Amino acid sequence: MSNLLKGKTGDWEIVIGIEIHAQIISQSKLFSGSSTLFGSEHNTQVSFVDAGMPGMLPVINSVCIEQAVKTGLGLNAKINNFSIFDRKNYFYPDLPQGYQISQFEQPIVGNGEIMIDLDGNTIKKVRIERLHLEQDAGKSLHDQHPSYSYVDLNRSGIALMEIVSMPDMSSAEEAQAYIKKVRNIMKYLQTCDGNMDEGSLRADINVSVRKPGNELGIRCEIKNVNSIKFIGQAIEYEAKRQIDIIEDGKVIKQQTRLFDPKKGQTRAMRSKEEAHDYRYFPDPDLLPLVFTDEFVESIRKTLPELPDLKKQRFVDEYGLSPYDAGLLVSEKDTADYFEIAATGSNSKLVCNWIAGELFSFLNKENKRIDESPVTPVNLGKLINLIDNGTITGRIAKDIFEMMFKSGDDPMTIVDSNNMRQVSDEGEIEKIVDLIITSNPDQVKALEIKPNLMGWFVGQVMKETQGKANPKAVNEILIKKLITKD
Amino acid sequence: MAKLNELCLHEARDGLKNKSFSSRELITDHIDMMESSRSLNAFITETPEIALKSADSSDEKISKNTNGPLEGLPIGVKDMFCTKGVLTTASSKMLSNFIPPYESTVTNNLWDNGAILLGKLNNDEFAMGSSNETSFYGPVINPWIKNNDKSPLVPGGSSGGSAASVAAHIGVGSLGTDTGGSIRQPAAFTGSVGLKPTYGRCSRWGIIAFASSLDQAGPITRNVKDNSILLESMCSHDLKDTTSSSKEIPNFEKAVGKSIKGLKVGIPLEFIQDGMSDEILKMWENGKEWLKSSGAEIFDVSLPHTKYALPCYYIIAPAEASSNLARYDGVRFGHSVSSDDINNMYELTRSDGFGEEVKRRIMIGTYVLSSGYYDAYYLKAQKVRSLISNDYNEVFNKVDVLLTPSTPNSAFAINEKYDDPLSMYLNDVFTVPANLAGLPAISVPSSKDKNGLPLGLQLIGKPFDEETLYSFANIIEESSSFESIDNKWWLQK
Repeated sequence: MSNLLKGKTGDWEIVIGIEIHAQIISQSKLFSGSSTLFGSEHNTQVSFVDAGMPGMLPVINSVCIEQAVKTGLGLNAKINNFSIFDRKNYFYPDLPQGYQISQFEQPIVGNGEIMIDLDGNTIKKVRIERLHLEQDAGKSLHDQHPSYSYVDLNRSGIALMEIVSMPDMSSAEEAQAYIKKVRNIMKYLQTCDGNMDEGSLRADINVSVRKPGNELGIRCEIKNVNSIKFIGQAIEYEAKRQIDIIEDGKVIKQQTRLFDPKKGQTRAMRSKEEAHDYRYFPDPDLLPLVFTDEFVESIRKTLPELPDLKKQRFVDEYGLSPYDAGLLVSEKDTADYFEIAATGSNSKLVCNWIAGELFSFLNKENKRIDESPVTPVNLGKLINLIDNGTITGRIAKDIFEMMFKSGDDPMTIVDSNNMRQVSDEGEIEKIVDLIITSNPDQVKALEIKPNLMGWFVGQVMKETQGKANPKAVNEILIKKLITKD
Repeated sequence: MAKLNELCLHEARDGLKNKSFSSRELITDHIDMMESSRSLNAFITETPEIALKSADSSDEKISKNTNGPLEGLPIGVKDMFCTKGVLTTASSKMLSNFIPPYESTVTNNLWDNGAILLGKLNNDEFAMGSSNETSFYGPVINPWIKNNDKSPLVPGGSSGGSAASVAAHIGVGSLGTDTGGSIRQPAAFTGSVGLKPTYGRCSRWGIIAFASSLDQAGPITRNVKDNSILLESMCSHDLKDTTSSSKEIPNFEKAVGKSIKGLKVGIPLEFIQDGMSDEILKMWENGKEWLKSSGAEIFDVSLPHTKYALPCYYIIAPAEASSNLARYDGVRFGHSVSSDDINNMYELTRSDGFGEEVKRRIMIGTYVLSSGYYDAYYLKAQKVRSLISNDYNEVFNKVDVLLTPSTPNSAFAINEKYDDPLSMYLNDVFTVPANLAGLPAISVPSSKDKNGLPLGLQLIGKPFDEETLYSFANIIEESSSFESIDNKWWLQK
């Protein structure tokens, strides 16, 4: 096992299970018709149901049910044709009913499994225990008034899927890969936008440590870690903390902990003794959720191609390496971009350009691929210009930069800036001759240092603003300087 | 001429239709009666202005022949129904300032049918009680008193105001809610007709919840025919309540007067209780005879799990209530006691806002749902509930209707049982099973006890077969020749 951590007393294994809370993409909330639009004025998306007014009753939103089933199918999970909504009872000002409608003993989706990609080539299976539906709470605002807290109920009642994994992960990287994969599957399915900044995807991480082969250790749950990076930090910190405690001869207390991103540490929130008794019981306002196999099959038919299958197809159809294919399908938008750009152009080159220039420019500008000023069609055109010798690979980089700035078609840029490749040997020879005659010292030095050849190539390219066909330049330089015929 | 409030619902309806009098005249007499009967404490909120304004609009509709089935008729509404713009308290301090911005589906149906709101009626706090003594607004006084003893009696509960007002001729009918007998028991105590429909027949949307799987709205009236007319207007399939039924709503009035010849009546032996009074047994016997002489066949039947119904009910109902009442936290609406600390605020608000009986049930409900007790209490009670339902399913393969007493006794004195919750709970022993099984059941006045107080017979029917209940109830009504109140002792001169 490569994931072992070294402690004073030997190797330790980390055991990680993850609960993902994913906000369902739907126009309205799980049990009311209120809008789910993010970022609206406080308390403007609140129905009487969401506010827990007397006599109000929940009515299930069928879109959310379909989304949950779709997600379950995407996680290769068993869809339960009979499930029940339960009430989870606790008091909090942002929980208007005094209970959260959730699913406890009979969730809508049962056991499933997904494959996660690790460092390009290794694949690992992670089992899913269940997926259940629940409503979100509102939000307490503590920064609006010096002595009062305010409550915003816009989020109250929004549909969430809680996806619970088995404790199958053993490193921060695996945990991160798992969350990325689940997020990616949901984005493919369009059941959750996966946006962690807006809180539409949140994760609670269960961490314990043990000596390899031993029973599971006592776990701590780290709540609401809201970025993939923090998840890694939180796990690493927490595992080390637990190992230190055990190696000091003390015992881990089962507790809920919070991650502090500023300090990079976890701290205790509440212990097991302080845990709520949620008094779950079936919600008498809602009938059991019952559906037929035909319903499930009708949803299965609407499933898009999911990342694993797409990856295989990219390998088969485009001749990409599994690593490259994996890279492209890891975001649905990237895969879509690739397929458009690769239509009628060299797919391997397209892949390299996406992974290289495009990603680096997008990163620099902090843009998503679907916001790229270089459209996939234009990238395909650019690749074709390189492929058919209209431009050199080097000048293509300049053109790409101009395309990124202006959004223009590459051919327009080439024409208006006179950037076509110079392949006319006579023209290149003239320039080579000029450089040889004006640099006699370098010509002499070349006899001792053969790698000065590169300097000559550079000079020619400089003189032609990168437009000279590099192959032709090389051949002519060799002819004039080495073989001297 | 007699006051118009003496007319029952269908008489008033026909009188308005024939233009013998106007809705304004009818409403005015009811308002007079309501105001001169304040000593009964039946109303929490009187709405005479709304009533008179609505009366004028009804009169206009009647003149144009665009009147609804209940056009111009005054109805009292239990204070568990949310009424838009009108104080709705559930008889609790917790909601003593709550004016809903929405109208319950059932009341909305009534107003759509032309009925007029007379006022909001007192009840046990959050419908928890069997005597209307747990109300924050004080007890309702039963318009019936004993022949020889003038001490005030309870009207039953929780729909005490609904039953008392109808018995006192204030309003032609009223709305109640029934979770464990809260319509039928007060109907029996006040010589009224009270029906709890099949669960799902009436929408629960906008009715303040007590125990969601048991709560059902129903009508209280002075006779069976009136009851059938009022029920029909209350029912609807409501997409806002997923437990509401999409079954077709029959013309219930047509069932009144229909022959019961050849139909089968079950007498559940388990309802015969130790120490049952001779008067109750006699009443039950009379009931059988009346039905038999109208052509029905009588059979002894067994409902073996009957004795578990009451304990089962007093687990399930408080469990659901403990959760349903969690929303009363002082944060968004209703009574609130402020504090620097949120937990203190909850404690102070809920300690001050809820009465003793409500707190008792929240405590019981919280206990039976708690980790470690859930299986032994709540889960077991749910299993028992299924067994009870099965008993009824079985029996209804053999008979069309069941006949039982409505209550083990007649109305008791104010304070007589107030400090003894157990003996209070026992008052629901005959009514609770119908709620657990979701079945329709009606209480009809059948006789008076030795003190001159009304007693009621209960008929329990098959799911969604309220029609058969009305046909049978009509026979009992006709055979009993029960006379309504003649001594209006409470009137303020």
